[in-house]
Amino acid sequence: MLAAARVNWIILRTCLEERLVYRADFAFATLMRFLPIVTQIFLWGAIYANAPTEKMNGYSYGDMVAYYLLAMVGRAFSSMPGLASGIARDVRDGTIKKFLTQPIDMLGYLFWHRVAHKLVYYLVATGPFLLVFYLCRDYFTGWPDGLTIAAWIASLAMAFLMGFLIESLIGLISFWFLEVTSLLFIYMMINYFLSGHMIPLDWLGGFGEAVAYLPFKYLAYFPAAIMLGHYSPAELGFELCIELCWVIGLLIVNRITFARGVRRYGAFGG
Amino acid sequence: MPAIEVRDLQKTFYVYRKREGLLASVKGLFHRDYKEVRAVDGVSFTIETGEMVAFLGPNGAGKTTTLKLLSGLVFPTAGEATALGHVPWKRENSYRRRFSLVMGQKNQLWWDLPAQESFRLHKEIYRIDATEFDRRLDELTSLLEVRQLIGQPVRELSLGERMRMELIAALLHSPDLLLLDEPTIGLDVVSQRRVQEFLKHYQAERKITVLLTSHYMKDVEALCDRAIIINEGKIKHDGPLEGIVDRFSRHKIMDLQFDGVSVPEDISQYGRVIESRPPRVKLEVPRNQIPEILSALLSRYNIEDVGVQERPLEEVIAEMFEADKSDKTAPAVEVTVGESR
Repeated sequence: MLAAARVNWIILRTCLEERLVYRADFAFATLMRFLPIVTQIFLWGAIYANAPTEKMNGYSYGDMVAYYLLAMVGRAFSSMPGLASGIARDVRDGTIKKFLTQPIDMLGYLFWHRVAHKLVYYLVATGPFLLVFYLCRDYFTGWPDGLTIAAWIASLAMAFLMGFLIESLIGLISFWFLEVTSLLFIYMMINYFLSGHMIPLDWLGGFGEAVAYLPFKYLAYFPAAIMLGHYSPAELGFELCIELCWVIGLLIVNRITFARGVRRYGAFGG
Repeated sequence: MPAIEVRDLQKTFYVYRKREGLLASVKGLFHRDYKEVRAVDGVSFTIETGEMVAFLGPNGAGKTTTLKLLSGLVFPTAGEATALGHVPWKRENSYRRRFSLVMGQKNQLWWDLPAQESFRLHKEIYRIDATEFDRRLDELTSLLEVRQLIGQPVRELSLGERMRMELIAALLHSPDLLLLDEPTIGLDVVSQRRVQEFLKHYQAERKITVLLTSHYMKDVEALCDRAIIINEGKIKHDGPLEGIVDRFSRHKIMDLQFDGVSVPEDISQYGRVIESRPPRVKLEVPRNQIPEILSALLSRYNIEDVGVQERPLEEVIAEMFEADKSDKTAPAVEVTVGESR
């Protein structure tokens, strides 16, 4: 147990060092991700300026900005750029061999690699995020209670796990199909819409209620909705339990897929 | 005690046969033809603990696939194998801690970080004691002459330096079995020799079991006493290196130096001239006719010096594979399966 923790710590440390090598590229890429946030806020401003009523589907412009910013925080935890395509590339070119011949768990390794990726991202992104939230502070109603904040933090942690497990699962499909670019594109499209990244899920009426049974809402909508006070304490507990079940289920499916995938792995690429 | 035991091992791949052209590509969306490729076809051999064995064969012969089977990277279609008492494809950590696979064309080190960071990670992954780790790292970096380079990012190292770092990473946990796939591929002569010398020294010191594939016969001749030759997934020869030349070469090289400044014009009647630098000439002559040819030459010409050598191993093996190809094209001629232990 202690040895495994040490291995994970060294993996995390080494990955952090690796992430910091190309600091200029990384800082630039992180900062550029804020550009869509700003443009989206302006877009909603334009939509609301021409709206017949002050509120649309129960959201005022301020509510929408607050929702959008909180959904982006959720996305900062659940999005996993390059994870699935990285696994597929490693399977295709044979780099994955090192994970299969060394006494190391590939999924565990990728997990800590991603934790390092996120930690460096937060290090760079926290400042700009705080600035945006400060500039938009009037759109928030104030700090929620401790229970809501605790539930929000738990939902973000599980959003990270869920995002990781979904993308790694897509990556593992490359054991069968080698190329997963199209699959990943479809996932990104579905994710954008069904996670509540594009619009809040409660804008979708009956359809929104139906898709709420899927795991995608936990990637962006759910953490934002918690902070906006959309859930009662009882509902919060229930939703967090469901999210935990999704995480466990996805973990099991990942493990099965990996075990079956390596069985049919052809170890191409030399 | 055998370190590796392989019995009737088979690995079949199904490869998509894509026909040429755009139309064929479109058709391929609806129907695909797959070709069955038997990369390893009923291979059996045993390697004793402490042996250093060369695994030879042309491209696509099944060498690397066999190494992949023994390292647990791929599952076999049929057959059995044990390595260090483990079934490789079960991928038990207790086995993975005892062997290393080095692939000359694959980089296992962190590209953007100094090699020492990868070594530190290996220390934890393989649970190497800190004192032992320092001792081994010190020994290996000194033997491979890269002590000054371990703090430099891997991407900035030359190919030869990188391969030496790969070897260090592979040996830090002191494996009992080392699987080497083309460890000197792409290296210059100096780096090749350095790697060869190191492997020879290390294996002699530690008595570890080594299975090596290489296209460079110099590697093989410098390192191994025994060779397993594989072609089209089948073993053609398993035995001492010298045995290959005896068994498969029907010719020897006769090196003659004539008295005077020229080589007789009709010298080609005694054998195929492979090199002529008057007054020296090298002839390829049938092994079983050497006494008669030599006696005829000595009685007819004034010869100052004569030597008879075996043909280079590389040539003999290449000829053997060529012969296999010809046999395949000629119907009703069965390809003889060589001995296998």
